[in-house]
Amino acid sequence: MSISTTPTDAPAADPSAPPRSHPRGGGDLVRRFALPVAWIGLIVLFTVLRPDTFATSANWASMLSTQAVFLILTLGLLIPLTTGDIDLSLAYTLTFSSVLVAVLNVEQGWPIVPAIVVAVLASGCIGLVNGLASTVGRIDPIIVTLGTGTFTFGLTLMIAKQTTISGVSDGLVKWTVEQSVLGIPIEFFYALAATAVLWYVFEFTALGRRMLIVGRGRSVARLSGLRVDRVRIGALVAAALIAGVAGVLYAGTSGSADPTSGPSFLLPAFAGAFLGATAILPGRFNAWGTLIATYFLATGITGLQLMGAAAYVQQLFYGAALVIAVGLSQLASRGSESIAGPQS
Amino acid sequence: MTSPVPACIRLTGLTKRFSGVLALDGVDLEVAPGEIHGLLGENGSGKSTLIKVLAGFHGTDGGRLEVAGTPVPLPLAPDAPKRLGLEFVHQDLGLIESLSVVENLRAGEMAGRRMRISWADERRRANEVFARYGISLDPRAVVSDVRPVQRAQLAIARAMEGMRKSREQEGRPGGLLVLDEPTVFLPREEVEQLFALMREVAASGASVLFVSHDIDEVLRVTDRVTVLRDGRLVATVRSAETDHDALVERIIGRRLEALMPAAHSGASPAAGAALLAGVTGLRADPLVDVDLEVRAGEVLGVTGLLGSGFERLPYALCGADPPEAGQLVLDGSSFALPELTPGRATPAGIALIPADRKNDGAVPSLSVTDNVTMPVLRRYGHRARLRRRAMTEATAKLMDRYDVRPRDPELPLSSLSGGNQQKALIAKWLQTEPRLLLLHEPTQGVDIGARGQIFDVIRASADDGRSVICASADHEQLAAICDRVLVFARGAVVAELTGTDVTKDRITERCLSSVTLAEAIAEPAVAVHT
Repeated sequence: MSISTTPTDAPAADPSAPPRSHPRGGGDLVRRFALPVAWIGLIVLFTVLRPDTFATSANWASMLSTQAVFLILTLGLLIPLTTGDIDLSLAYTLTFSSVLVAVLNVEQGWPIVPAIVVAVLASGCIGLVNGLASTVGRIDPIIVTLGTGTFTFGLTLMIAKQTTISGVSDGLVKWTVEQSVLGIPIEFFYALAATAVLWYVFEFTALGRRMLIVGRGRSVARLSGLRVDRVRIGALVAAALIAGVAGVLYAGTSGSADPTSGPSFLLPAFAGAFLGATAILPGRFNAWGTLIATYFLATGITGLQLMGAAAYVQQLFYGAALVIAVGLSQLASRGSESIAGPQS
Repeated sequence: MTSPVPACIRLTGLTKRFSGVLALDGVDLEVAPGEIHGLLGENGSGKSTLIKVLAGFHGTDGGRLEVAGTPVPLPLAPDAPKRLGLEFVHQDLGLIESLSVVENLRAGEMAGRRMRISWADERRRANEVFARYGISLDPRAVVSDVRPVQRAQLAIARAMEGMRKSREQEGRPGGLLVLDEPTVFLPREEVEQLFALMREVAASGASVLFVSHDIDEVLRVTDRVTVLRDGRLVATVRSAETDHDALVERIIGRRLEALMPAAHSGASPAAGAALLAGVTGLRADPLVDVDLEVRAGEVLGVTGLLGSGFERLPYALCGADPPEAGQLVLDGSSFALPELTPGRATPAGIALIPADRKNDGAVPSLSVTDNVTMPVLRRYGHRARLRRRAMTEATAKLMDRYDVRPRDPELPLSSLSGGNQQKALIAKWLQTEPRLLLLHEPTQGVDIGARGQIFDVIRASADDGRSVICASADHEQLAAICDRVLVFARGAVVAELTGTDVTKDRITERCLSSVTLAEAIAEPAVAVHT
């Protein structure tokens, strides 16, 4: 995959200019591809250790598809993270959406398509509340989304009457997991497409630039005439809509909706986003880095579980990965700051 | 002075270099016990450096310090000033505004205690402290609710309590209270209350070092005054034996007569040009009903002392910091300033280059291209694919034109020197083709070579028919680029310099006299109203 901002893209402005001391030099290559290499290392390791269980097409198909929901959620999370807001409500929005689809489809007898549309739009409303409270209401988005997330969790339990709802439309299940390409369930390809779209938006559109500028320097953005509030609200709404879509796929993956599943999505999403920001475009939340980080974490956990580790290895792994990833990205950004000259 | 009582502090031959440049060059300063001593000088004269040496922030390259007759080794350790009875109150006062008066006063004390806090005891103690210095202040009031002068009094009382404690512990009398421009944000009528407190402090046996730009205030309250210029001691004189003009001469370093030719020679180059921008009824605390006009091709400087409000002007004229009231007429179109936003200002032909480059001007971690193209992203594809190549090419051209080095548009802005960053930001805004260019301290943190280039760019952009308003406390810079300079005091224009009067010394002299001028202007007005 090519990144547009590689040095070769830049026109040679002045042939007599001093040789570039480019920050994206050789040492930078190591930083960009350390995580992908570590991922490959992990795959090789478990392939050698557990050739019969890990290195099977069934295991790979299952890993690639079950992580698709996590990946799409994490991609959604990247949007507000890029505009500088932390959204803690997305995991609960996902569960809410999956439960709403199940309730409308199974209990209310709605056809699946309107159920999906309503679930995704309802998710978007949660994002709108987050956006308005964070900008117009001037409340810290961490607090806002902690509140709306918990509220949504309660709402989800209420509409599901605290039980898992099964029997979701075969059509949805078919278009989520049963259809497959090259033996891999189709939802993996949805996630892959979402990654590509987000990469394109972040890298190649004016909107992507605006989001980045708003996230890095609110005051600069405002003084440069960018509509900061609108960008932030849009990001929170877009993230919630994407979480809603992820929720629909979650319902389709198992054919059921578990209203208590929200918390299990929260940490993996943040771990994936921050770990992803250490790869490909270090120091920046980016789509391909997130894809690699998500599958790196999944590979580690699956491998360890196949080695006989108990289920709690998941929490150990995600928790540690989040803190280590944030630590690494701090180091990365400190590194780029230190390039700055001595002048203010 | 050879007094039998040792001086409160005596500095001799104090020398301090910053990367080879002398900030203090053999300065002597002696403050007698119970004395209120003024410290005067222009920006960059060495006042702040001297205070920072006393506070233990800076090391020294030579010089000796005696406190109450005892030699003290320099540089001072971080805890030394407090032990020696040196207390500092800066203009920001260092109070936590959301906490109560008693919490601010006793914060240090209470933090050290293990047992339960008795709030009744704390309040009683606070009242004792306030009574000692004749301050009337409710210990339970929240700091943000009390008047500005009461905040200053609280900060001073807290400093004096610290000094009293060190006196008890070290068994040393006296102590020095350093007040660093504590009056700039105080309303006129409240300054006298602060002076009363300073006299109270001096009467208690401590000394006061009063740093200010306001010569009249210094003359009114001090016993003696020390003047610094370019890091050197000019003189220490008795306040009763000098006057305003004599002090101004010492601060500027030239005889005032030489500056006085008020005979206004020749019109400024732009005087005949068309009026481009007019501001009426601008009110943005502390600015009150400011009216001004700028011609096409004119560079207008606005300046004043700290607290005069001049620096709010550029932000108020482009929606960055909307004022309470005011109207801007630019090239025939009229704007209500309270409703103006930066998003509307750019297409209207208004551009601002703010002083705080890191937070308001640029995103240092992003590339030069990303920073420069910020206000014109629309040009490179609004909805569809962004034409990155065109962006980097346009940026490379701008970097060429404004000599931004190294000429690599993909470098993070933070890897450029301050001067090159500023040139990049000037390029960022000039490409929007503004008709009114607003600048605030355009060469802050900029090396000397880039400074000259920036001056040239500003002049050239005015020669292209733009109007430029430059807010700055750097009088040399104003003299270099401005056709006309307005001096502000207490939120109003009190002096206007044009033509050959636009020199560094004239601007400095007008600033130093600005408060007196403001009073002269204000008094007849008050008489009319009452």
